[in-house]
Amino acid sequence: MTAQTPAGPADRELIEHIEERAQFARLETVRLISIAKTGHYASGFSCAEILATLYYGVMRLRRGEPDWPDRDRFLFGKGHAAATLYPLLADWDFFDAAELDEYTRLGNAFGDHPDMTRIPGIDFSSGSLGHALSTGTGMALGGRLQGRPYTTFVLLGDGELHEGQIWEAALGAAHHGLGRLVAIVDRNDHSLDGRIDGVTGIEPLLDKWRAFGWQTHEVDGHDVSALLPLLRSLAEDTGRDRPAVVVANTVKGKGISYMESEFGWHLGWLAERDEANALAELRGAR
Amino acid sequence: MSVAPGLQPESWHLLSLLEQAPGLQALGDTLADLADEGHPVVVGTADLKYSNGLVRFQDRHPDKYLQFGISEQHMVSTAAGLATTGLRPYVATFASFMALLACEQIRTDVAYTRQPVRLIGHHAGITLGFYGTSHHATEDLAITRSIAGLTVIAPADTAALAAALRASVDHPGPIYFRIGRGRDPDVYPAGTTLEIGKAVEHRTGSDLTLIATGSMVHPALGVAAALTADGYDVGVLDMHTVKPLDEDAVLKAARRSRLLMTVEEHNVLGGLGGAVAELISEHGVPVRLHRHGIRDQYSLIGPPTHLYRHYRLDAAGVEAEARDLLRTQGR
Repeated sequence: MTAQTPAGPADRELIEHIEERAQFARLETVRLISIAKTGHYASGFSCAEILATLYYGVMRLRRGEPDWPDRDRFLFGKGHAAATLYPLLADWDFFDAAELDEYTRLGNAFGDHPDMTRIPGIDFSSGSLGHALSTGTGMALGGRLQGRPYTTFVLLGDGELHEGQIWEAALGAAHHGLGRLVAIVDRNDHSLDGRIDGVTGIEPLLDKWRAFGWQTHEVDGHDVSALLPLLRSLAEDTGRDRPAVVVANTVKGKGISYMESEFGWHLGWLAERDEANALAELRGAR
Repeated sequence: MSVAPGLQPESWHLLSLLEQAPGLQALGDTLADLADEGHPVVVGTADLKYSNGLVRFQDRHPDKYLQFGISEQHMVSTAAGLATTGLRPYVATFASFMALLACEQIRTDVAYTRQPVRLIGHHAGITLGFYGTSHHATEDLAITRSIAGLTVIAPADTAALAAALRASVDHPGPIYFRIGRGRDPDVYPAGTTLEIGKAVEHRTGSDLTLIATGSMVHPALGVAAALTADGYDVGVLDMHTVKPLDEDAVLKAARRSRLLMTVEEHNVLGGLGGAVAELISEHGVPVRLHRHGIRDQYSLIGPPTHLYRHYRLDAAGVEAEARDLLRTQGR
């Protein structure tokens, strides 16, 4: 199933806002990594629109209340892209944005991977790939057992799908009929060592999820006008009897021309001139 | 589950095993009691509900019971997610799979995040006998001890397990329970209580103190009685909480006794013996320590009782080990 519903005129302003916040997240990613001197640019850039759509258009959250029990949950399987998420959490007043100015400095809470014990708004720590669909399954089960109607979103990398535990969780969540669980696969076609199909192939991906008992959707992961109605419809479909997965087709490094064409930007740092070029490209696109 | 007509009920393997395992019956029953009392308990296992007795919990609280199938890593991570929602998940599988297979999930998803998950590693040590090394767990204490923030408890018997489960309900942070196959002879009366982190000092002695954990507490008590009858002054500590170690109790024993002997159904490296060695050497207490357990090897296969005899982990074996120590170290 693919999202077909066009965004209505009332959503136009919201879509533009989400697109602007996605670019803001990219700009902040460049700024934060310039403090750390090294980090994951390209992984964050491929999911910037997904994150912004969730946080500004889909998830039920309360400003300044990161522990509100009925909030929708977000788990970042590909936690190495956390630098792109932190600015959005600061936007929700979960913490003071100024704390990000010391990103990765000794004693600061904000590192390359998110820590729930130190960062308000992080629903679960991540870093070790393959765990988040299981922890998300636990949150969805906990919500159901306690009659709390929140939705749990889990964003997975496509390389992360190599981890066996993902498929344990895929079986388990389907077995328990967790309709309030939504997985999103950021299919940017790359892991650290190269193209996914050359490292260990995962296709046909939608068929795999379907065979595991999930409702499947495919979407352009950079097209907010498609992401927004699809993710909203999944969050609002409270009668679903099975978990849903959205395979979001994305471009690793999206937004920076030289990162889009060169997979080596999975982990890196930007020297002065490259950083200036990156910022110019991002600002020009706004 | 019923037995088909014409078959002998006692030959139905898993149910008959559970009937012989009061300790495992107590696992399911105590957790069900806690749920009855309103504690936010949820219980899960990985396709072992007959082996660990949790079928008894399922019978009483089917809505609070989670079957994970043969997915131990997924079970541990899911328990961490459940705990974030205010529930108290108790999840169980063989100790070898809990502590070794799901080690990283315990570290990263449970302990690092400080979630109040209770991990139950049952059939620990060499209790699975002839099932083989894949099912033995003689490394789990060393592994779990080294995970920051994780409490490690090895109750001595059925009553101590029930007491430890009760004590765990409101305990902050995660716990690893190391239990056997539920057939340990009774040390404590039903209804006993247990304070996490506080050793039980059964007796004190100037010649030797046996510091035992889990299944080895019962034989240690018998050995102390036999040696006392021979004129030795022997103490016994039940170190049910291996971490955090009751340092005061160990140091007191180390200062009172000429000899210490740790007894554990575990590798002598990294477990209770390791913990005691680290403590007394850091404090510079001049006492001779003998670590008794599995001496850094994979145990043989065989019936459990035969293995206990072979490795000197039954009462006679622990006594022989202690007498060797007393003899070689003089009086």
